[in-house]
Amino acid sequence: MEPVDPYDFFRFRDNLTEDERQVQDTVARFVDDRVLPTIAEYFERDEFPRELIQEIAELGLLGCNLEGYGCGGLNHVCYGLTCMELERGDSGIRSFVSVQGSLCMWPIHTYGTEDQKQRWLPGMAKGELIGCFGLTEPDGGSDPGTMKTFAKKDGDDWVINGAKMWITNGCLADVAIVWAETDDGVRGFLVEKGMSGYSTREIKRKFSLRASVTSELFFENVRVPDANRLPEAKGLAGPLGCLTQARFGICWGVIGPAIACFREALEYSKVRVLFGSPLSHKQAIQLRLAEMSRQITMAQLLALQLGRMKDDKVMHHTQVSMAKWNNCRMAIDLCREARDLLGASGITVEFSPIRHMLNLESVITYEGTETIHQLAVARELTGAAAF
Amino acid sequence: MRILTVVKQVPDSNATIKVKGDGSGIETAGLKTVCDPFDEFGVELAVQTREKRSDVDEVVVICLGDDSASGVLRTALAMGADRAIHVNDPKFESMNELFDAWVLAEAIKKDEKGFDLIVCGKHNIDLDSGAVGPALAEFLNVPHVGAVQGLEIADDGSSLTARRRIEGAEEVVECSMPALLTIEKGLVEPRYPSLPNLMKAKKKPVEVLTSADISDADASTAGTDLVSISPPPPRPECKMIEGEPEEMARELVKLLREEAKVV
Ligand SMILES: Cc1cc2nc3c(=O)[nH]c(=O)nc-3n(C[C@H](O)[C@H](O)[C@H](O)COP(=O)(O)OP(=O)(O)OC[C@H]3O[C@@H](n4cnc5c(N)ncnc54)[C@H](O)[C@@H]3O)c2cc1C
Repeated sequence: MEPVDPYDFFRFRDNLTEDERQVQDTVARFVDDRVLPTIAEYFERDEFPRELIQEIAELGLLGCNLEGYGCGGLNHVCYGLTCMELERGDSGIRSFVSVQGSLCMWPIHTYGTEDQKQRWLPGMAKGELIGCFGLTEPDGGSDPGTMKTFAKKDGDDWVINGAKMWITNGCLADVAIVWAETDDGVRGFLVEKGMSGYSTREIKRKFSLRASVTSELFFENVRVPDANRLPEAKGLAGPLGCLTQARFGICWGVIGPAIACFREALEYSKVRVLFGSPLSHKQAIQLRLAEMSRQITMAQLLALQLGRMKDDKVMHHTQVSMAKWNNCRMAIDLCREARDLLGASGITVEFSPIRHMLNLESVITYEGTETIHQLAVARELTGAAAF
Repeated sequence: MRILTVVKQVPDSNATIKVKGDGSGIETAGLKTVCDPFDEFGVELAVQTREKRSDVDEVVVICLGDDSASGVLRTALAMGADRAIHVNDPKFESMNELFDAWVLAEAIKKDEKGFDLIVCGKHNIDLDSGAVGPALAEFLNVPHVGAVQGLEIADDGSSLTARRRIEGAEEVVECSMPALLTIEKGLVEPRYPSLPNLMKAKKKPVEVLTSADISDADASTAGTDLVSISPPPPRPECKMIEGEPEEMARELVKLLREEAKVV
């Protein structure tokens, strides 16, 4: 019998096709070579590694699971695997790719006109045009139905007023997908950089997702032509549809940091000798390592089944909610455990657990907090919404 | 001009290698493998040459290896090679690089149009003999320049100028074509195949050659035989000397003299 791979305890890779394995290996190599050597410094400097945008685009990672318009046309499991490997590098890098692909390119691809698709998608796939997704507002992200940003029809144009907060890529973006209330309910607009009355400001002093740009967006009588409205997006289902796509990527993504931290904790425990023997030989440590391995295994199998359901077009959004809840919780707990196992070394960015556990504070919060996903699952079970 | 690049599947340099109990080889089950990094330089060089010149008709990649080696061929195709030749037969499984070169030469000779430029890595990171390139050149009867770090191909494609670093100097070698080069690190930086190109690579032709296609596989004239391999001896236990600096120095000298017998 072959020994069991500690990072793939249940032979999850055996269930991948050769295509999927090659995609994972290619992205893994990119992350090892290009992300890991410098990411801790970017995190420390509170800076997004912009020069990676071009390389990520050349690899074909932007909108890789969309068809046509210069996009990759890969299946959803492949997309999940790319998220997992990128986030093994850093949640900030994965967030960049999630926002660009799932939150910006996907709605243009799904809700947009042919002109909008032609105009934006090829450039976005090439990384020449960057997008951001503006849903959350200062007064309560969990309840987007009460958004205050308003778009008023004025002749053939719309005039937008309001503000968005916590917007990934906001200051980088050439185009913002902005969700606003209208007299007909929520609608989505493509607000372009440079439009009069539209401005952005970077949110600093974050202790999480430091290698990612997070911004505020301000709209003061921003006049947007109707041609910039996403015609097929009607009501809150519009932005929620985007979130299902991005959350799917997160369910996979967070397995990356979990594996990275588990690897460091396991290796460290083997070489750290205390009280006459390596940590890894101590019962209390062994229980914790075994638990980490169990948690990763469950998350991997959950993500894979979710991916297969999505590729088979039978995935329900509450299944995504359960997986986002489970896998983010697994990842953040595991990274904190790994941080603890490393002792004082665990508090420096020389090792990855502190960076990953801090990042995961954002990941467990954005795209629906843990509580919101628990309530979504329970609503499905009981038929009663208890938000 | 037609370019052939030779690639080999080798264990990942970070993988832990376990030698088989009988010393006949290494355990391959569960071993992570990659395309040899030096061979990747060769693929990149071939693809860049095609991108720079208008007279390159075809870039072909050849690999000797079992079914699992199809992954490295696919990577090379995704990087830009046009088609692949996979020499795959249990009969050809060996740990003998001269035999490998002979099999490759026989496979290459079957290609009617022939190749103007053949590129290999300087050596393979697994067996490390550096013999495949020179031996292949010998079997194909073409000139060979090893460990190339700079390259210019004449506009008419009839000759090339290669640069190689030697102890304290640089050699400039002129060579008629067809020729075989082995590539040193630093000449080119291999690209990452993009995900869409990985998918397209699946549709590129891969010709499989077996022992049935290569006449008289037993006629190899490889002059060496790999008898056995063994893991390096375990490191002897480390002895820690404790005490005041003078005591430690005295103890160290004593041990060097009496135990290690080096002073
Ligand atoms: C780094 C980062 C990047 C982000 N990027 C984006 C982006 O690109 N685009 C975008 O639109 N948004 C983005 N967000 C915003 C994110 O989606 C919101 O922060 C998230 O939805 C939570 O909203 P909130 O912060 O307003 O918290 P609140 O909604 O105010 O929630 C506060 C707390 O109350 C809990 N809670 C909420 N409702 C209930 C309830 N009914 N019952 C019990 N408990 C409840 C929550 O779980 C939470 O613990 C980002 C956030 C971060 C941190």
